[in-house]
Amino acid sequence: MAIIDYRVEDGIAILTWDDKNRPMNVLSGDALAELSAGIEKAVADDDVKGIILTSGKQGVFVAGGDLQQIESLGSGPIDAEDLLERTGAVLSQLRRMETCGKPVVAALNGVTLGGGYEIALACHRRILVDQRHAQVGLPEAGLGLMPGAGGTQRLPRLIGVQGALGLIMQGKQLGPDKALDKGLVDELVEPEDLIAAAKRWITESGNPTQPWDDKRYKVPGGGADSVTFAQTMMGSNAMTHANTFGNMPSQEAILQSVYEGLLLPMDRAGKVETRQFIRVLQDPTARSMLRTLFFSLQECQKGARRPKDVPRFDVKKVGIVGAGLMGQGIAHVTARAKIDVVLIDRDLASAERGKEKVAKALQRRLDKGRTTADRVEAILSRIHPSESYDDLEGCDAIVEAVFEDRELKARVTKAADAQLGDAAIFASNTSGLPITDLAKASSRPQNFIGLHFFSPVERMQMVEIVVGKETSQETLAKAWDYILKIKKAGIVVNDSPGFYTSRVFGTFISEGNHLLVEGVTPALIENAAKAAGMPMPPLGISDQVGLGTMYKVAKQAEKDAASAGEKWEPSPAQAIIASLIEDHDRWGAYPPPKEDGSPRQPGGFYDYHEGGKNLWPELGAAMSRWIETASAQPSVDLVRRRYVFVQCLEAVRCLEQGVITDIRDGDVGVIMAVGFPAFTGGPFTYIDNYGVEAFVRDADELASQYGERFEPPKLLRDMAAEGKSFYA
Amino acid sequence: MTDCFIYDAVRTPRGKGRKKDGALADAPPLRMAKAVLQALVERGGFDNAEIEDVILGCVEPVGEQGANVGRMAALISGYDDSVPGVQLNRFCSSGLEAVNIAAAKVKAGDVDLIVGGGMESMSRISMGAAGGAWSTDPELAWGTSFVPQGIGADLIATKHGYSRQDVDAFAVESQARAAAAWQGGYFDKSIVPVKDTIGVTMLDRDEHMRPGTTLEDLAQLKPSFEMMGRNFGFDAVAIQKHPEVEQINHVHHAGNSSGIVDGAAAVLLGNKEAGERLDLKPRARIVKSATVGSEPCIMLTGPAPASRTALQKAGMGVSDIDLWEINEAFSSVCLLFMDDMGIDRSVTNVNGGAIAFGHPLGATGAMLLGTMVDELERRDLNTALITLCVGAGMGTSTIIERV
Repeated sequence: MAIIDYRVEDGIAILTWDDKNRPMNVLSGDALAELSAGIEKAVADDDVKGIILTSGKQGVFVAGGDLQQIESLGSGPIDAEDLLERTGAVLSQLRRMETCGKPVVAALNGVTLGGGYEIALACHRRILVDQRHAQVGLPEAGLGLMPGAGGTQRLPRLIGVQGALGLIMQGKQLGPDKALDKGLVDELVEPEDLIAAAKRWITESGNPTQPWDDKRYKVPGGGADSVTFAQTMMGSNAMTHANTFGNMPSQEAILQSVYEGLLLPMDRAGKVETRQFIRVLQDPTARSMLRTLFFSLQECQKGARRPKDVPRFDVKKVGIVGAGLMGQGIAHVTARAKIDVVLIDRDLASAERGKEKVAKALQRRLDKGRTTADRVEAILSRIHPSESYDDLEGCDAIVEAVFEDRELKARVTKAADAQLGDAAIFASNTSGLPITDLAKASSRPQNFIGLHFFSPVERMQMVEIVVGKETSQETLAKAWDYILKIKKAGIVVNDSPGFYTSRVFGTFISEGNHLLVEGVTPALIENAAKAAGMPMPPLGISDQVGLGTMYKVAKQAEKDAASAGEKWEPSPAQAIIASLIEDHDRWGAYPPPKEDGSPRQPGGFYDYHEGGKNLWPELGAAMSRWIETASAQPSVDLVRRRYVFVQCLEAVRCLEQGVITDIRDGDVGVIMAVGFPAFTGGPFTYIDNYGVEAFVRDADELASQYGERFEPPKLLRDMAAEGKSFYA
Repeated sequence: MTDCFIYDAVRTPRGKGRKKDGALADAPPLRMAKAVLQALVERGGFDNAEIEDVILGCVEPVGEQGANVGRMAALISGYDDSVPGVQLNRFCSSGLEAVNIAAAKVKAGDVDLIVGGGMESMSRISMGAAGGAWSTDPELAWGTSFVPQGIGADLIATKHGYSRQDVDAFAVESQARAAAAWQGGYFDKSIVPVKDTIGVTMLDRDEHMRPGTTLEDLAQLKPSFEMMGRNFGFDAVAIQKHPEVEQINHVHHAGNSSGIVDGAAAVLLGNKEAGERLDLKPRARIVKSATVGSEPCIMLTGPAPASRTALQKAGMGVSDIDLWEINEAFSSVCLLFMDDMGIDRSVTNVNGGAIAFGHPLGATGAMLLGTMVDELERRDLNTALITLCVGAGMGTSTIIERV
């Protein structure tokens, strides 16, 4: 057998799974066929009294199902009956294993996830190596999928419904201690004792009957007819519905599978799960999420768009100019990747304060047990605060993270330039100023690039790599090498005001303002955004970002117009923000102090108080001058569509204008960086799933009602006319 | 079509729905049904074999209340073997629906004399005991945005701007009217005491009332559904369905919602001929009834549309009704009903309601109908409309007229 080796020791058959064609073992049809054959061989051999299933891969038992196989289903319709038959076969093979009459032990030598853990669940005992990396669980839900090899049936029967639902629905992976504590495995052993412990169990007890096949079996914590079960279902339904807004079919499907299957005998329960599993695959959500958040994201994490012919550049020393919030975060993640950091600010005290903040962040991680004192020490020792640009000598890269002020940035660029070798790159962490313009301050504009990090840098994986007109391919490759070394994922965008992700996001905020001006109830404006899958609603974000920022932009425009002798009228949204600040002294959630230095109460579109926040009740009345009288409120679905469409259209414009060049980058970027609804798979995938032609038609309809921002770009019209889609 | 007359209507007093101290909790629920079924026959002085069916509402038809309490009640009451029985469940309007369906059989000419009513022991069979798919089956729960009814009541208050003060004031008045009605003896002729097996009275007076309740008393009570709504996702689910609401104002508590009690009620209905033959005097007639469905998440907005339907089918208008009786499931339900119909508090729930007396789920509808027959006679008025909000988004209304 090619994948699973069969040998007999001490009257015990040992099946060792080692798929030589893959880096890890995955649950595939071929592997399962060999597993079944091995089981039958052992059953037929009278000298074999038990079976051990283990793996030959170092530190990995079976890592999960074959995601490629699911992705290969593409985006077209699914043959439900064919899939029902194929999945049914997997279930019967596992069922045969657990009812074969001989005890089967899963000797788990490491990572046991997804399909791997479902196989283990169909064994009579699970013994796990006691090693930190040996994660166990059913992580499918994290990718918008659900277990499909009996996991939603066996785990609730093994550990109880409440515990199982929590783990499956959140896609939790547990280390050995927790896995034992929660009952996912029966025993922890040192790696060298693994096979011996498995043999011992077969010899000493070796019960070949699953608990659920015992006549006296009762589901731990209460079965399908119990009050506990009814309460668990009621609570889980509400919580999940509340949290997902009904946007995640897999979440509902997992609940449905457990609900319908629990009272059935195991022989029939599997099919209940399969129906839900296929239902999840029939919906475009799972396949969209899988493509974008697994395969495309992997490309961004591996640097698939890095110019291939440039040799790898090892970044050993990085200068970070500006020790504010962004600078601290970048210093933190850079030092964590074993790169020396020079952290510069206008004076030494400011730079040192920046380092202290990093130390505090690390201390919090240490307190939570996520790192060790040694590692904290090592990271901090690599950060060197300074006020002198001389210390930048020998840096491989500079990241400029000062205020968004062109003159200041130009000064920093010149000062740093003087210290840099020809090989070093200079990256600006501007969130929107054109890179080509900023590069003019540099003596080596070909070495100048944008690296747009997102806050909080420690947690946000995405970096927008902004290529200016003069930026060389070599610089781009080096920028990639830097962000990959600090374990970030990147998308490549070409220079444009606001780049890609902020441009798309900006349309969302602005749509909220349009709705407000149209007279849509603020609660509906906010609730529809949440229902659309946006992590925060537009008025709430405006408050968080601070109304002063938007106010300043408008004031600047007014000033510019005045000096050019032009007439300037604020938009209604600008007028509302101006009035909030000027007439009501409402600056947002984190207002600047008053002129005399005393603190200002938080307040903007929302009121803030100890118990939380609520929309400012006076908003409508106070702003009635600029708010139209709505004859009727729009449906939540219409408002949702406006939010999603307006962002999708901006994404397509960015593609049309060459700001982004790859739709995968486009899909991953806005999900990871600015919270575009993940369940859609990104704007381009959304349009594909909606149907390009239907999208154009509905965008035209929106444009006729709400303005030309909904006009589909030519690129999209052409695609619709030619019957094309983005992927395919 | 044949007219359907109400010949009699009786009810038990309502006992607290608690095992530890509810006066009716220490006997099986059928004892309450037996009290009212026997009373109808004794008061009418006719042979119980004349009754052609016993239709009883019951909302938790399991255990002691399971397996068709309609037939069980007829049997335990000593009715003739020939008298059949059936149980139905329209949730909170079951008792009224039993009367409506009984009346429909009379009107259709299928029966001459029939009993409609209901029963519920909330002390012995707790609310929710019958289980059900609505909250548990994800397809149904997600599809209908299931939330417990108290959240729906709070949502009504939020959407229509009923403050805590508004709902409490309604409750205070309910208690005052209930106390005054007992004081005035308005219920005396229709309350049937429940006796135990040795003939000793278990209860002869509603025991859930709190006469003298003030706004200050109620202000002390904590909202009942706030914790559940905020911590278990129900508020969020309700807001997703009603996205114009920012947050739910939780105003309901034990003092302005219907009480949990035990009780039974029965109404004797029949055509003209049966009355004449058995020498029964008709007290009122069933004019029209209607049940409608409404949005299930907010759940409790059905009474007004059901009432409008009944009025329209009867060719009547709001001004044709003398007295209105809306089940006091929650204060906000009654406030909304009065606003929707444009009716005054002075003609609505004139003798108090379930906030004071309690709401024995399956029985209440028949109890309210009986109350209205008594009150029309006492005030010498002609018409009344009885309505209840119903779980899963329904409403039932019945119009009666004195003859």
